[in-house]
Amino acid sequence: MGIEILIVDDEVEFAEAFAERLRLRGFTAGIAHSGEQALRIVDEGAVKIMVLDLKMPGMDGLEVLRRVKRSHPLVEVIILSGHGSEVDEAYGRQLGAFSYLRKPADIGDVLEAVKRAEKLLASQA
Amino acid sequence: MKEKHYYSALARNMTLIIILVSVTPLILIAGMIGYYFETSYQEKVMEHLKEVVEKHQQHINSFLDEKLSCIKVLADSYPFDELNDDAFLANKLVILQNAYMDAFVDLGVVNSAGVQIAYAGSLKLLRADYSKAEWFHEAIKRDYYLSDVFLGLRSTPHCIVSVKKRRGDSEWLLRATIDFVAFNSLVEGIHIGETGSAVIINSAGELQTRPRNEPAPSIIEMSSRTLWGRRGGKNAEPVASSVEEIKRMSSGSNIVSGIIKAQNKNIIFILMPLKSGEWTLAYQQDQDDAFSKMNHARTIVVSIFVFGCLTIMLAALFVSRKLVSQIEKADVEKEIMNEQVIEAGKLALIGELAAGIAHEINNPVAIMVEEAGWLEDLLEEGDFEESQNLEEFKRSLKQISVQGVRCKEITHKLLSFARKTDPVHRDIQVNEIIEEILSICEQHSRFNNIRIQTDLDEHLPQISASPTEMQQVFMNLINNAIDAMGSGGGLLEIRSGVDGHNVVVDISDTGHGIPKGVMTRMFDPFFTTKPVGKGTGLGLSICYGIIRKLGGNLTVDSTVGLGTTFHVHIPIHAETA
Repeated sequence: MGIEILIVDDEVEFAEAFAERLRLRGFTAGIAHSGEQALRIVDEGAVKIMVLDLKMPGMDGLEVLRRVKRSHPLVEVIILSGHGSEVDEAYGRQLGAFSYLRKPADIGDVLEAVKRAEKLLASQA
Repeated sequence: MKEKHYYSALARNMTLIIILVSVTPLILIAGMIGYYFETSYQEKVMEHLKEVVEKHQQHINSFLDEKLSCIKVLADSYPFDELNDDAFLANKLVILQNAYMDAFVDLGVVNSAGVQIAYAGSLKLLRADYSKAEWFHEAIKRDYYLSDVFLGLRSTPHCIVSVKKRRGDSEWLLRATIDFVAFNSLVEGIHIGETGSAVIINSAGELQTRPRNEPAPSIIEMSSRTLWGRRGGKNAEPVASSVEEIKRMSSGSNIVSGIIKAQNKNIIFILMPLKSGEWTLAYQQDQDDAFSKMNHARTIVVSIFVFGCLTIMLAALFVSRKLVSQIEKADVEKEIMNEQVIEAGKLALIGELAAGIAHEINNPVAIMVEEAGWLEDLLEEGDFEESQNLEEFKRSLKQISVQGVRCKEITHKLLSFARKTDPVHRDIQVNEIIEEILSICEQHSRFNNIRIQTDLDEHLPQISASPTEMQQVFMNLINNAIDAMGSGGGLLEIRSGVDGHNVVVDISDTGHGIPKGVMTRMFDPFFTTKPVGKGTGLGLSICYGIIRKLGGNLTVDSTVGLGTTFHVHIPIHAETA
């Protein structure tokens, strides 16, 4: 079973709870706790949508975004960060982020973003 | 703020230094020039006086010598027999009187017994007996004799010139009387200034001429006791010891001069010998008179000096006062600037701190919300449908989510505020700043029962300013308004709008108002009505400074007991206007 949505966050509890809630809603969700891990999983080829935290130890979210967009331009990235500033948001969008949400975000908002991304992916396919 | 006495001490020191530096050279120059000028002027005057007196001395000496030689010639030219004839004598007297302008009064021949045996003149002195006369005793001892002035037989002042001749065993004298008036006029001719006059004094201290001004007794005394080389000494020996008032004196072989104090004034005196030292020609003049021109010059110089010193002092006082007040002003301005920088720094620091805290809080809150959401999801699955508290669970979880969102709002406001701590000018929307600050002050005002009402113009143009400074301005004004209402509550109204070329923001409170006395000073730095430690007194002055710097204005309307309204006018940014 491939991972359709990859949640990248160094906060393990958050990532797990969030992934669980997505699964409950019928999505295939995976977790990565660091930028490096996220890139490895993306390389495996099953990820369609990535929910990305910006501030992480080691490789930070924007760097992950840049690399993913370079190696897998078709993967849509939704930024979900508690640290986001307008500058970060603008920069993220410039790098090709699909959407930008602030933590703590309502699950509904996230789902809506995910659905829009899926629709976009479907139209591209 | 520095103490008042620091500035007064500074002003005092500056004044003193300026005065010292300017007056000292003035005093030195004036003193030096004055001293040298006075000394040389006095020397010059003395020289001049000496010269005049010396000329008269020579004149008098030659007058006397001339008279003596006339008689000598007469005595040498004619034998006793011819002279011993009244008619012959009368003839000679006329010749002499014609030649010498009546200087000779009479002529006479006196024998060794002192009896005048021949006489020519206006008085009947034939056969007059001079054997008791003092002059006769002196005259009979010498070949030539010139007597002191005396009254004699005729009871008018005169002096006698005599020549001694020998005939066989006996001696006889040819004598002539010299008119006192003629003689006196020689001395009276010495007349300089107001008080300068001369007199001839004999060794007994008797006046030989009629003085124009009464000579000082000490000069007479000194004249009579001066020994003109009579005791073999080369220099004249003035008697200084007896005259204590002598201030200055110099003596040469033929002259004694100096200044003495007598009759409460300084008197210049010059003494010169006459008649080989038997008489003294004494000249005296008041110092003030002799040096009157110098004294006049000194008065002028002293007045200029005093006036100059006064001017310097006044100028020093004025300049240093002015300078110090400028320094004081500059110090205050610096202080405000410092305070402003510190305030801005504080705000920036608070912003950073808030941003850090907001970041850190967001993550745990996100987890909490997520976990609550997960629980909600689980409830939706229907595992707990039988539980009677299902609704209660749902409500509680919902509440956790709602409060999580509230946390998010707060942290994002803080973050947004923190991001604007930037001193660089850029285009800003005043409404945003006001809303941000209100969101921060909301809690504080709610505690104090203060309602906040805003009426912000949605189409407000942007202004160009530093966001930090604008935060400072509105933070100060809004906090002041909240403080003014205290814990009693009230209404805080904020309106924004456009008036001409200005964005106008009115901040009204229903607080205690500002008394008239405070109104005039409220923008002064360090002026505060808050208790010690609560306010720096800089808030409003900083606001005022910032707004004035932007070309705007800060005004205030206030009614005691009803409330206060601050009006902030800020020019609309030229490009967006």
